Amino acid sequence: MPPPILDVHDVTVAYHRKPVLWDVDLTVTKPSLVGIVGPNGAGKSTLIKAILGLVPLVSGSVHVFGQPVSQERRRIGYVPQRESVDWDFPVNVLDVVLMGTYGRLGWFRRPGAREKAWAHECLAEVGMADLARQQIGQLSGGQQQRTFLARALAQQADLYFMDEPFAGVDAATERAIATLLRQLRRDGKTLFVVHHDLRTVPSYFDHVILLNVRLVASGPTPLVFTEDNLRKTYGGRLAILETMGQALSQEERTA
Amino acid sequence: MTEADAYRIVWTIVVGSLGATACALLGCFLILKRLSMLGDAISHGVLPGIALAVLVSGQVGGVAMIIGAMLFGVLTVVLTEWLSTAGNVSEDASLGVVFTSLFAAGVVIIAVFLPRAHIDTDCVLYGNFTNVPLDTFTWSDSATGIWSEIPRAAPPMLASLALTVGFIALFWKELKLAAFDAALASAMGFSAALLHYLFVALVAACSVTTFEAMGSILVLAMLVVPPATAHLLTDRLWAMLVWAAGLAVSSATFGYALASQWVFNTNVAGMIATVAGTQFALAVVLAPRHGILVRFLRQWRLALRIAGEEILGSLYRHEEAGRVGAAVSLHEHRLSPWIVALAFARLRRRGWIERLNGGWRLTAAGKHEALSVVRSHRLWETFLGKEFELPIDHLHAPAARMEHFIGPQMQEELAAQLQEPHLDPHGKQIPSP
Repeated sequence: MPPPILDVHDVTVAYHRKPVLWDVDLTVTKPSLVGIVGPNGAGKSTLIKAILGLVPLVSGSVHVFGQPVSQERRRIGYVPQRESVDWDFPVNVLDVVLMGTYGRLGWFRRPGAREKAWAHECLAEVGMADLARQQIGQLSGGQQQRTFLARALAQQADLYFMDEPFAGVDAATERAIATLLRQLRRDGKTLFVVHHDLRTVPSYFDHVILLNVRLVASGPTPLVFTEDNLRKTYGGRLAILETMGQALSQEERTA
Repeated sequence: MTEADAYRIVWTIVVGSLGATACALLGCFLILKRLSMLGDAISHGVLPGIALAVLVSGQVGGVAMIIGAMLFGVLTVVLTEWLSTAGNVSEDASLGVVFTSLFAAGVVIIAVFLPRAHIDTDCVLYGNFTNVPLDTFTWSDSATGIWSEIPRAAPPMLASLALTVGFIALFWKELKLAAFDAALASAMGFSAALLHYLFVALVAACSVTTFEAMGSILVLAMLVVPPATAHLLTDRLWAMLVWAAGLAVSSATFGYALASQWVFNTNVAGMIATVAGTQFALAVVLAPRHGILVRFLRQWRLALRIAGEEILGSLYRHEEAGRVGAAVSLHEHRLSPWIVALAFARLRRRGWIERLNGGWRLTAAGKHEALSVVRSHRLWETFLGKEFELPIDHLHAPAARMEHFIGPQMQEELAAQLQEPHLDPHGKQIPSP
């Protein structure tokens, strides 16, 4: 049996000692389109960052394709939140998409004609072929998100982590992104997508992770995306966890 | 001008340009990472490193001093980050605490252990360009005369520039990625933190090698001002670096020329920084896309167009009610009388309106234009009335604002969505071409 695509083993993440994710344990074995769903402050972005090794783990371990993440970085694509970058940065759309090829190139090697042609293809894929030379500051929110998606395609990954790709986009872009995600899924990729619109969850995702500082449920959408589970996810935090978090950070301050 | 004058001018400008360019190129990445004040912090935080290097090696200048500076430059950044995460202090406060404390420690070390070190505060602040052409060494026996000598300040400046250009060329793609999207860089396995420390070490090395001739104020100015100017002038990273370098060279050249005995006869470093500041001010006003002037012109043109459309719409409504040759007042639109007068003149020049009995009337061409304005207005009123359920007396004001931004394409879309309406909510005809 091949190793699981993603194996998150008992991961806890804390800021200033106060846990923002408690003992998340989660395994995904077959290629899926996974929605990560939960209220604001549930730790959805933190979970992705923890898996990618961008924030330190207090405890636990993460494996992708049976290996530590640092060994498999070339097979992993990442789309951060759109607001996390400065859109006044002096680059054009093609430059941003080309950044997707950097991981495969490794240190020092520069993107050449082949990478450029590939970046143009990825741009065409998201319907932005004629905007390659556009300065990124002139893009609409939807176009910015498409640019990020084209960059993710350029990474040619097997496993994608996307942080709110549907946030603040127009209806046409939303449809385009949804189609693209399904396309990638059909190609055998696995995608983890932070999502906030509950209405579209059942139609977009075949696997759902419900999160609210702890893992509430994870599994096939029809089994997991139930009213009962949603109530558990959105019905406020567990009081015990809140109190324990306070206690831990208090300890920190007085120690 | 004597040959000695020429020698002095050429070499001062060359040395100034080399140092200024090195700082400006590095500064581009500081600006883009929103860390402009980090240059300030690093160039102060390195002082204990310099002092310790002098203590250990027993000599002022040399490689030991640069290594000491690099170590303490990185230490400044590491301590700042540590203080803000572990100590729960905000990032800007910890930066402020760390670099001033390190600088003070450096001052104490020098005062206690190097009491005979001669430190000229004027030179530290304002630089020592006058000394550049005087302190020279012979580079070639074959060359004759004054040009066989080279200022001692030149090789270190050239080395900093070469190192900076080499570093940026080598790590071009990694620096670009880490500056734009540090999270993705790290996720791809390019350690953004490692790159940042390398970069900080280079800033420290550069500020130490350049500040002896340039003075600390000019070093700080060159780290920030030409890059900030360049950012206003272009939308591509490589072009920003080229602009920053060009602006640094022109600051050094014109600054030296203006500071010379023939013009202001003043401090060279101060004048160079002033020229850089002036270039920035000019760019703020004149920059092609972000400049104040361009934005002002754009707004002015918009106001003129809006005023023109208001006049056309108003005449159309008068004529619709049978009042041909009416006087138009635009009091309620809060447009300046200048703009209104210009708008009248423009409409008349285009042949869209003409005088009639002391009032105005639309020509055939003018009527065509006016029709489009009124169509936009009434379509929007219809749309609002249908989708927003606003009371009928609330529809006019928003439509009067939107009518100027609804082009022919949007008109089509609105009309189609509203199933080609003929009457607006007030019962007025929606004109169609």
